[in-house]
Amino acid sequence: MNPFNYDADQLLNVAHQVRRDIVRMVHAVNSGHPGGSLGCTEFLVTLYFRQMTHDPAFNMNGIGEDLFFLSNGHISPVWYSVLARAGYFDPKELATFRKLNSRLQGHPATEEGLPGIRIASGSLGQGPSVAIGAAQAKKLNNDNSLVYVLTGDGELEEGQIWEAAMYAPHHKVDNLIWTVDYNGQQIDGPVDAVMSLGNLRAKFEAFGWKVLNCDNGNNFASLIPVLDEAKSLSGQGQPICILMNTQMGYGVDFMMGSHKWHGVAPNDAQLEQALVQLKETLNDY
Amino acid sequence: MKDFPYSESKDTRSGFGAGLLELGRTNPNVVALCADLVGSLKMGDFIKEFPERFFQVGIAEANMIGIAAGMTIGGKIPFTGTFANFSTGRVYDQIRQSVAYSGKNVKICASHAGLTLGEDGATHQILEDIGMMKMLPHMTVINPCDFNQTKAATIAIADYEGPVYLRFGRPVVPNFTPADQKFEIGKALMLNEGKDVTILATGHLVWKAILAGKLLEEQGIDAEIINIHTIKPLDTEAILASVRKTGCVVTAEEHNYMGGLGESVARVLAQQLPTPQEFVAVQDTFGESGTPEQLMEKYGLNEQSIVDAAKRAIARKQ
Repeated sequence: MNPFNYDADQLLNVAHQVRRDIVRMVHAVNSGHPGGSLGCTEFLVTLYFRQMTHDPAFNMNGIGEDLFFLSNGHISPVWYSVLARAGYFDPKELATFRKLNSRLQGHPATEEGLPGIRIASGSLGQGPSVAIGAAQAKKLNNDNSLVYVLTGDGELEEGQIWEAAMYAPHHKVDNLIWTVDYNGQQIDGPVDAVMSLGNLRAKFEAFGWKVLNCDNGNNFASLIPVLDEAKSLSGQGQPICILMNTQMGYGVDFMMGSHKWHGVAPNDAQLEQALVQLKETLNDY
Repeated sequence: MKDFPYSESKDTRSGFGAGLLELGRTNPNVVALCADLVGSLKMGDFIKEFPERFFQVGIAEANMIGIAAGMTIGGKIPFTGTFANFSTGRVYDQIRQSVAYSGKNVKICASHAGLTLGEDGATHQILEDIGMMKMLPHMTVINPCDFNQTKAATIAIADYEGPVYLRFGRPVVPNFTPADQKFEIGKALMLNEGKDVTILATGHLVWKAILAGKLLEEQGIDAEIINIHTIKPLDTEAILASVRKTGCVVTAEEHNYMGGLGESVARVLAQQLPTPQEFVAVQDTFGESGTPEQLMEKYGLNEQSIVDAAKRAIARKQ
């Protein structure tokens, strides 16, 4: 059972605030990754405020809880904001993002003990393997909860990704839901220009995954049914993959649909321009 | 010079296999993963008795390290098994981020370390693994010397919470460690007390050091021999106490001198007790094909090399 169980309107309300948090956090330290963070806002908000059984009191072992792993750790701003808004820590702490002596490292880490983080990520391609391990440990523990992992699409260029993709179906890791943030952008440009992914659905299917498509991961009406379906398909002998179409930078007009805001922070004027588009719904930190 | 009787010679990797089997019976949280080398790692008995706690990963070591890290989150104690080369160099970044930096309770168990892997040649003979692993914060690095000690170390690391690199090998070596000797992580073992030179040896070089001690005794040199099975954390107290008495030191290891036990000892001595030190180790080269014995001789890792190094060290004393 999710501790919030929000409907689409309530989720949208949270998403507005999370987007404000994201642009304010990266602006404050003139660094960080707003593009992918904004693009995955609906996804993370839905997981934590509707989909997952989880406890903001946070236990590292997560027994009886659904677990989430962020493999593309550079979109830490969205995760930190969602964790704070879900009650894992005080939203005021978002002001320490990327600063010295903070628990909110540039990329997620366990070293400083930030509640909600179970493994470090940032060096790409490692999250699916970790999620598989956590999922198999759940099976050994007779724990029926699920494991979610998010990767980027450019991240799929890493070799370890396909080691994990091969392993999970072979070992019938069917309590695992792997979502790909399919925004088509990476640092050096469009993914298809840097290293084309080909028919991604066919690739995952060929490896033995049950593949779902989410037409618009920035729209709760599109996203929620897919996440519900993914959950309903768990426990049937196949791992589940969601190819989630999103727009990098979604919600801030001048950041949308381009790779240029992958890892660039807005200046003062751009921050103001962004904030007028994003309603303050839960009080700024 | 003390005598070190033994009834048989065995490989250290079989000590790992025996330890893993015992852990399977005594600790339900212990799980094992392997990257297509279960025979080489001697994991067969564990797999036979605990098939539900064994995970075949295939030839995908990076994935194996990540899965192991993930399993710790559910309270499991994963032991990963493959050759030392594929346990470290191939997966350094996975170990760094998902295991060491994340403080995960993964036991990285590495066989066929060093030159004694033999005929397969330099692609498989890693001589840099101790260095890579000891440089990682939170990592413990252990290199036991014989079957009994490897078995005891395997069992001991399951009770220690944190990432561990356990290094062992392929050849049979005299199994002289008492079967009931408790393994204490980070605690050096005094093998023979002496006054003229301290010999600090690890892994397969421990037996060579014992042989060297006997040769030195015949030449009137009284060597103190200490088994440094744990390279990190290093037992600095034991090392300093010995070196204060002998005034010179030889380190011996099946590893490049860069990054190995010798450099760890040198750092301690440089800071606290500057002392003449000689290094029995590979001189910053790759290995090659050959029998283990041929390689250990060619690369200067046998008892005669230790004897020569001891004499050089003694000659440098003020």
